[in-house]
Amino acid sequence: MPKTTKTLDLAVIRFAGDSGDGMQLTGGRFTDTAAVLGNDLSTLPDYPAEIRAPAGSLAGVSAFQIQFSSKEIHTPGDVPGVLVAMNPAALKVHLPELILGGTIILNTDAFSKKNLSLAGFESNPLEDGSLEENYKVFSIEMNKMVTHACEGMDLPAKMVLRSRNLFALGVLYWMYDRPLEPTENWLETKFAKKPAIAEANKRALNAGYNYGDTAEIFTTRYKIEKAILPPGKYRNINGNYATALGVLAAGEKAKMNLFYGGYPITPASDILHALSSWKQFGVKTFQAEDEIAGITSAIGAAFAGNLAVTATSGPGVALKSEALGLALITELPLLVINVQRGGPSTGLPTKTEQSDLLQAMYGRNGEAPIPIIAAATPGDCFFAAYEASRIALKYMTPVFLLTDGYLANGSEPWKIPSLEALAEIETNFIKVLPKEDEIYHPYNRDAKTLGRPWAIPGVPGLEHRIGGLEKKDGIGNVSYDPDNHHEMTMIRQEKVNRIANELPATEIIGEDKGDLLILSWGGACGSARSATEQLQEDGFSVSQVNLRWINPFPKDLGNILTQFKKVLIPEINNGQLIKLIRAEYLIDAQGYNVVRGKPLRASLLVEKAKELIG
Amino acid sequence: MTNTIEVAPLGKKDFVSDQSVRWCPGCGDYAILAQTQKNMPTFGRKKEDFVFISGIGCSSRFPYYMNTYGFHSIHGRALPIASGVKLANPDLSVWVVTGDGDALSIGGNHFIHALRRNMDLNVLLFNNRIYGLTKGQYSPTSEVGKVTKASPFGSIDYPLNPPALALGSQATFVARTIDRWQSHLASILKRSYQHSGSSFTEIYQNCNIFNDGAYAPYTGADKLDNVIELEHGKPMVFAKGSKGIRLDGFTPTVVSMDDYSLDDLLVHDESNLDLANIISNWTSHPILPEPIGVIYCVDKPTYNKKVDEQISAAVEKLGPGDFNKLLNSGDTWIVE
Ligand code: SF4
Repeated sequence: MPKTTKTLDLAVIRFAGDSGDGMQLTGGRFTDTAAVLGNDLSTLPDYPAEIRAPAGSLAGVSAFQIQFSSKEIHTPGDVPGVLVAMNPAALKVHLPELILGGTIILNTDAFSKKNLSLAGFESNPLEDGSLEENYKVFSIEMNKMVTHACEGMDLPAKMVLRSRNLFALGVLYWMYDRPLEPTENWLETKFAKKPAIAEANKRALNAGYNYGDTAEIFTTRYKIEKAILPPGKYRNINGNYATALGVLAAGEKAKMNLFYGGYPITPASDILHALSSWKQFGVKTFQAEDEIAGITSAIGAAFAGNLAVTATSGPGVALKSEALGLALITELPLLVINVQRGGPSTGLPTKTEQSDLLQAMYGRNGEAPIPIIAAATPGDCFFAAYEASRIALKYMTPVFLLTDGYLANGSEPWKIPSLEALAEIETNFIKVLPKEDEIYHPYNRDAKTLGRPWAIPGVPGLEHRIGGLEKKDGIGNVSYDPDNHHEMTMIRQEKVNRIANELPATEIIGEDKGDLLILSWGGACGSARSATEQLQEDGFSVSQVNLRWINPFPKDLGNILTQFKKVLIPEINNGQLIKLIRAEYLIDAQGYNVVRGKPLRASLLVEKAKELIG
Repeated sequence: MTNTIEVAPLGKKDFVSDQSVRWCPGCGDYAILAQTQKNMPTFGRKKEDFVFISGIGCSSRFPYYMNTYGFHSIHGRALPIASGVKLANPDLSVWVVTGDGDALSIGGNHFIHALRRNMDLNVLLFNNRIYGLTKGQYSPTSEVGKVTKASPFGSIDYPLNPPALALGSQATFVARTIDRWQSHLASILKRSYQHSGSSFTEIYQNCNIFNDGAYAPYTGADKLDNVIELEHGKPMVFAKGSKGIRLDGFTPTVVSMDDYSLDDLLVHDESNLDLANIISNWTSHPILPEPIGVIYCVDKPTYNKKVDEQISAAVEKLGPGDFNKLLNSGDTWIVE
């Protein structure tokens, strides 16, 4: 049967299966191949929070979504057009999000009575015709196929069946006209010590591809050309790895030793993992006994002159909040990374949310302002982490970097920067006593930044004591003087305010005035951008601003806001930035808030925007 | 300790800061401060290399009075801060001044883990068996039945035994001394300084305002009858040589030297963990004398040293880190 090839701008695929089905690996391979082919792409891994839910259960479903395109894209896609479902539970969980008329690729061998009942199907959807009504369904006996492909191999049947995800991947590679070599090479390296496993996986991959080629059920394949991206060298990167690289870049640029103190927590642990693998850079990582020891060890390292970092997620920030106040009042540089997840309490550990903004802003005792920067995309985590470190060192202050579960685990093609091109880092180290002083004054400030000098233990003649009690400005002795406390409170705020003096002009996507401004921050940036582009294409007068610094706000923001009839703030929380904006600028901003533990859907944001414009 | 360098001799005054000391008159903290200021100059270390870290409590004001680098932090967290300081700069001599509430209650988790890791820190725990700064509530080392504002009918909390906890946490140096035993205190400070690894010293400290006389049996006229000074390799005698300690199975007994000779007595061995465990349990014992001195001391590689060794090994194996190379690693592609 002749097969036709259609060219598309973009596609959204979701791989879904049991935790044991290797869906993250499958998605990762598809992603790397798409990257090497030059597509723009964005991914959304979706892990179950259970350590190991029973096989075949709904709680055990693991998924990976990718949008890849020949155009520039900003999100992993609202809903998939293709769903790969390796078992009934995966179908049950993800079918509701598949677009009508979409494609389903199923492993029919997993549709046993037991699995169907675990997934809560009363009748077999493969038999009752319910699927075919609304979707294009490709039912494949994947277990049988891989067993056949691996015939004659000296491998237990169980091991052979484990390669069925590669079979599914092979089918997708055929559908989208992708080469197998990158995946084959990867398998050879990954299983260098287990050549039989590598071989079984490669056979499964090829079997899937050939199945697409020969099976009569597949009639069309799709081509998605490479995207036109700015020239340069690229790699695919996820947010946590980019964050770790950004921190290391700051240490390298400033020629400072890097210290990381932290406690394992989802979804931030990969930052610890990356940094602890970079010992040849002299990076010291300290897996502490708890979150508090994580941050306080970093404060100790900062006192001793290191670039000090801690990373955690919301519950960890809650535990660190007293220590944050200590870093603030002792005016030590410290980078605190919050990879936000669904809350409150333990909440949804593996899902994304933006609900810790007000915690970062206000979650401490006393007047305790801390600068806040938020990363907008996985790759941007690198630049945001670098910028946060730079500001911490320059102003002698703790700085919050907010990322989230989506940015942390999601990935995109990333144009590799060079260390040389990054902004210079200024530090406040002091090595000798200034001539005019008899003893060292730890709170003698820089007139411009209000940063205090940084004398570190081991330097003769600058011995001094700092601590959590209020200090007299300048001399740094404990002071209970009411006027001094008032003054120090104002100084600590002014220090944060002054960061705004060096922020670049805010970038506006679209016209600088109009009917509607979509004001986003952090991980919602991509959805807001997609929605904005859609609305602009549809002829609406809509622009977007994505906030990078939230504390302080950029100086030009107030003026920008007044140029639009309406302001819409989309957030994956119940309205947090909107409270800050309303309080600061006294405008009647409107919110778009969906708290489902997933990125916002651009298409729904478009509808909300249209409704507002009227 | 590393980095002992010849320097111009320092004196006590070099270690006295310009801050006026604000403890209650008669507080045991004064004696500990004085001995520290007096003895540190004799360690042969540059003053700028000493760092004092504290948490919250009466004792935690200590760093303000030492003219060294110092950090008065938040309640319970001195140990992880000190760990960060030591890891960032292993050449420093890092001292933690803490109290029974600070180290054993709110900071209990950090206490056991810092000792477990054998981080090269000197921990001085001023144990006054009371909360002084908050004006007199029972602490985790207060005796059962203690009447305080928070326990008007007597405390029902069983107390912790700090040396036993330290030993259980794998500390490599465990010692005890008493604020009023000045020369003993001085000798223990020196031993702590000399030990490489986590050194834990419990100092019995009298809070004359809220728990006066807690240690009266060990500091009063008959103190020698109630205290035994442990010395490595020496038989255990006390009460001016009139009494000794023998081990009956695992059970220590007090014997009169009228009936036994020195050869019959238990001999202290700092490197014997079993013995150290037994000795640590003499704390506040109804019959046995209170043991002071170095209960346990062994050498073991420190955490901070192992961190540096791993870094050196990585540099040796992979060469010094090349950041641009790392940035460009993994699957990359060129967009023209
Ligand atoms: S309250 Fe007790 S421990 Fe505190 S300073 Fe006064 S006497 Fe010393």
